[in-house]
Amino acid sequence: MPRRRVVTGLVLVASSLAGAVAIRRRSARRRDRVDVYFEDGSMVSLGDGSPEASTVLPLARRALETARS
Amino acid sequence: MDAAQALTDLTEISSQIEAAIVLDAEGSTLASTLDEQRGPEFAQVVQELVAAVKRASGNEEGELAQAEIATGEGSVFLVRDEQRTIAATTGPEPTVGLVFYDLKSCLRSFAEEKPKPKPRARRVKKDEEAGASA
Repeated sequence: MPRRRVVTGLVLVASSLAGAVAIRRRSARRRDRVDVYFEDGSMVSLGDGSPEASTVLPLARRALETARS
Repeated sequence: MDAAQALTDLTEISSQIEAAIVLDAEGSTLASTLDEQRGPEFAQVVQELVAAVKRASGNEEGELAQAEIATGEGSVFLVRDEQRTIAATTGPEPTVGLVFYDLKSCLRSFAEEKPKPKPRARRVKKDEEAGASA
């Protein structure tokens, strides 16, 4: 009986960790975006997954990598 | 205020900013917080980034005022005026308004740079004038 409890506990811990990692990854993905503001006051927001943002986001990651290397 | 001093002040004021660079209208580096090895590469990437943002936004006419490119690893900020572009990197989820404010203030410090006063014409002493007339 105690062994069963230990296994159940381990399964619970492992599944909650996996869930936390999945949520974290998902929220990190949702953060990826390009917000552009123009001189006339207008603004465009390009979300991750849009073809326009897909050309900009890799360059931003490269800039961050270069700045931190 | 010179460019290097302005960037030093910027990184002191804003703890969120990790690295920053100032480019002129031709893309030449005016100042950078990065060393001589990483600076040129960072400048190159920033220029590519400005061009890519203009293309992606569908406006290549040069009306871009500022941009934030947010990723899970951090954000890259771009702020432009008529003559200069400043780019800065931060960690994830920065205080966007505050970073833009600090970058604009930094650019403004360049714009407010006063020209050196012209040297005044040397005043001729009365004695010299008297000697010349005699």
